[in-house]
Amino acid sequence: MNSLKPEQASADGTGPGELLVDRREFLKGLGAGLVVALAPGAAWEQESGRGFGGHELPRDISAWIAIDTDGGVKVFTGKVEVGQNIRTSLAQLVAEELRVPFDSITMVMGDTDLVPWDMGTFGSRSTPTMGPQLRTMAAAARQMLMEKAAAQWNVRAAGLSAADGRIREVQGSRSISYGEITRGEMLVKIVSGEQSLTPPAEWKIAGTPVHKADGRDFVTGKHQYPSDITRPGMQFGAVLRSDGFNAKLVSVDTGGAEKMPGVKVVREGDFIGVVAPDAFAAQRGIAAMQAKWNVPPQQGNEGLFEYLKTSPEPGEQDRPQHASGSVAQAMASAVVKVEERYTVQYIAHAPLEPRAAVAEWNSGKLTVWTGTQRPFGVRDELMQAFGLPATQVRVIQPDCGSGYGGKHTGEAALEAARLAKSAGSPVKVVWTREEEFTWAYLRPAGLIEVRAGARRDGTLVAWEHHNYNSGPSAIETPYDVPNQVIQFHPSKSPLRQGSYRALAATANNFARESHMDAVAHAIGIDPLAFRLKNLSNPRLRAVLQAAADKFGWSQSTSTPKRGFGIACGTDKGGHIATCAEVEIDSGKKIHVRHVVAAWESGAIVNPDGLRNQQTGAIIQALGGALFEHILFGDGRIQNAHFAEYRVPRFRDTPKIEIVLIDRKDLTSAGAGEIGLIALAPAVGNALFAASGVRVRNMPMAPDSKVPGIPESPFRS
Amino acid sequence: MGQYSLSINGRSLQVNVPGEETLLSVLRNRLGLTGTKYGCGEGQCGACTVLLNGQATRACLSPISAAAGAKIVTIEGLEQNGKLTPVQEAFLEEGAFQCGYCTAGMIMAATSLLSETRDPSEEQIVAGMNGNVCRCGTYPRIVEAVRLASRMAAQGGTR
Repeated sequence: MNSLKPEQASADGTGPGELLVDRREFLKGLGAGLVVALAPGAAWEQESGRGFGGHELPRDISAWIAIDTDGGVKVFTGKVEVGQNIRTSLAQLVAEELRVPFDSITMVMGDTDLVPWDMGTFGSRSTPTMGPQLRTMAAAARQMLMEKAAAQWNVRAAGLSAADGRIREVQGSRSISYGEITRGEMLVKIVSGEQSLTPPAEWKIAGTPVHKADGRDFVTGKHQYPSDITRPGMQFGAVLRSDGFNAKLVSVDTGGAEKMPGVKVVREGDFIGVVAPDAFAAQRGIAAMQAKWNVPPQQGNEGLFEYLKTSPEPGEQDRPQHASGSVAQAMASAVVKVEERYTVQYIAHAPLEPRAAVAEWNSGKLTVWTGTQRPFGVRDELMQAFGLPATQVRVIQPDCGSGYGGKHTGEAALEAARLAKSAGSPVKVVWTREEEFTWAYLRPAGLIEVRAGARRDGTLVAWEHHNYNSGPSAIETPYDVPNQVIQFHPSKSPLRQGSYRALAATANNFARESHMDAVAHAIGIDPLAFRLKNLSNPRLRAVLQAAADKFGWSQSTSTPKRGFGIACGTDKGGHIATCAEVEIDSGKKIHVRHVVAAWESGAIVNPDGLRNQQTGAIIQALGGALFEHILFGDGRIQNAHFAEYRVPRFRDTPKIEIVLIDRKDLTSAGAGEIGLIALAPAVGNALFAASGVRVRNMPMAPDSKVPGIPESPFRS
Repeated sequence: MGQYSLSINGRSLQVNVPGEETLLSVLRNRLGLTGTKYGCGEGQCGACTVLLNGQATRACLSPISAAAGAKIVTIEGLEQNGKLTPVQEAFLEEGAFQCGYCTAGMIMAATSLLSETRDPSEEQIVAGMNGNVCRCGTYPRIVEAVRLASRMAAQGGTR
């Protein structure tokens, strides 16, 4: 049994976090024990007994750790758990450095009244930034406890050791628990300097396959997701949606809803919603409204990529990310030249839990429970919408039904807060699946043009890569090419777009690694050998070799019915190579049968969580690679349901093998994203190896033709 | 509005609701049984799966009028006196979830599958579970968990 509970004391209206005014109040609220906070920018380091000696905490504190007199450890961080297992892996890092049992740690996450400000949980930043910060604080806390014990026993700290939440004499019999050391005092330490951290090679708790914190609550239905939160007197809200994007309301008749018993209509300009005592009545109320909208004609799938190429975002710099040598001269002298265009479609995150929020107003203070990767960003949105100071808005993010980059914003939180304010009672808003598909934001579509030149011996000499709209992530080539132009061109997007797990690394890597394969075939050289010939990055070489070895690349000979492909990539400090085996049946239906992914992201914090993430990333990537795409036109999403928007299922899942390379000598990189980036090109390259047909558009095998691009010969 | 007699997790109770309101809405929004999840409202994702007379059923497609009189079991009703079922134990053991939002539906679907097929093959598991979506892509571990649950049940419940 582990006690790593999310801190939800506030859900029942009691607990240490109620009505926090400022950080000093919070510190007082903690009572006796030891508090260690990290202020990377602070020029001073302070230790004091009792209270805080009149000093304010520095404003740039990123996290803190509190050890109470019973030895319980609370870790306060603005990071959130959305299924990536960070609650568990960060706790492992703290337990390791603090030398306490894993079960003694409670992670307090994503509650804006309880935790220090944090930009958000995205970009694979939690492990490489929050990880070392927490380790630093934990190491400082352990050191301070040793010094306190040394002082109490009148011995030298060097003669003491720390383990299992106790300080012991190395040569002697005395031992004392962490909780006892503080003797009822409140001790505060601000850490700004570097601490000596335990090397990963000596890790005993970090680096091990600890199971998900509070896993039992997930198999019993006990864990409360944002959409499960209930408050006393809570009502249910729903919002009237327009007929399309950029629509103007012409007229609305809300009489039908107003006549319904218990239903209250809320109207503020074009925002029209209802509040009702039960969810069914709220939906009924919206359905009973008669609204007329004027939806202007808008860009759809047809002609999308021409539109993106010719509609630059105004004010953006038109300048390459990277340029070296002369691509024009090198291309003129190259023997092998390949020039192609690649596309990726808009796709939806479709987290299984749609946007949801419960909002409650209490004496002018707004509290919102919602699923978001950026609780402080949502707090800002609410502060702005209602003209409130930070102290009057509290956002709590219960571990939610995932996000994949799709929950950076607070739409449902704003709606629930507006409705709750008007209704005078707490209100819950849960988006329907159709609302989530339509009114959230999407992974950007993009056009990528690549041209490359090589010598007959397989040496790359020129590489030019232009990405329109999808983004600059992993746009630079990891290969050694002397002459390069690499450029991202931001476009005006016809649809609302935003972050998506791995961002544009998936698109840029799809184009680059498909193109690498095309150049290899044009030269007549093995795709793996071609990559290795032009690659000096040792970490990427290592994963390529590891994946190829596990897959049996050298013995894999493609036939018209069975193709083998390889691809690799690096992004955000992680390195991945993927091999895929694809079967093509007589009806041109493709079946991805086997995937091997070799992965290296520095020292591994939790191999079990990492394998789970990596397997999931491959399966999620299969959706975008093979069939996921948004159909749209004239301001409407045309496939806003799971019946029309296909997502990967059990039946789509290949045999997956993960090779983890644990580099204990390197710092840990975030691992939530890069697992996606090499799958699509590996599959596309396998398709080419079997069929001689290169599909340059993702998805590569949709269930029906996607308007605006040539029809794929393949189905999946 | 109508008066409906329900049997949920061995408890009998009466609700007074519109007959076309779904079982999912009644469970979640009126009875506080939030372990059963909303994922799509169209029977496409399986997050709302409950047992109706032992059969895996989409609560989002079942009007309360059709659920009345049936023996309903939700995720909250599996644990008995602090003891998890083999399927729950197996999901824990295999770590067969990431965000966990699909897990209740997966466990109910697997429970129904195993009650009909005690020792399913991988193909039977895939076919039986294919209507349940895990957007985090935990499928291989879920398949392993169902196999483990089958073995555990054969050995008399838990290991």
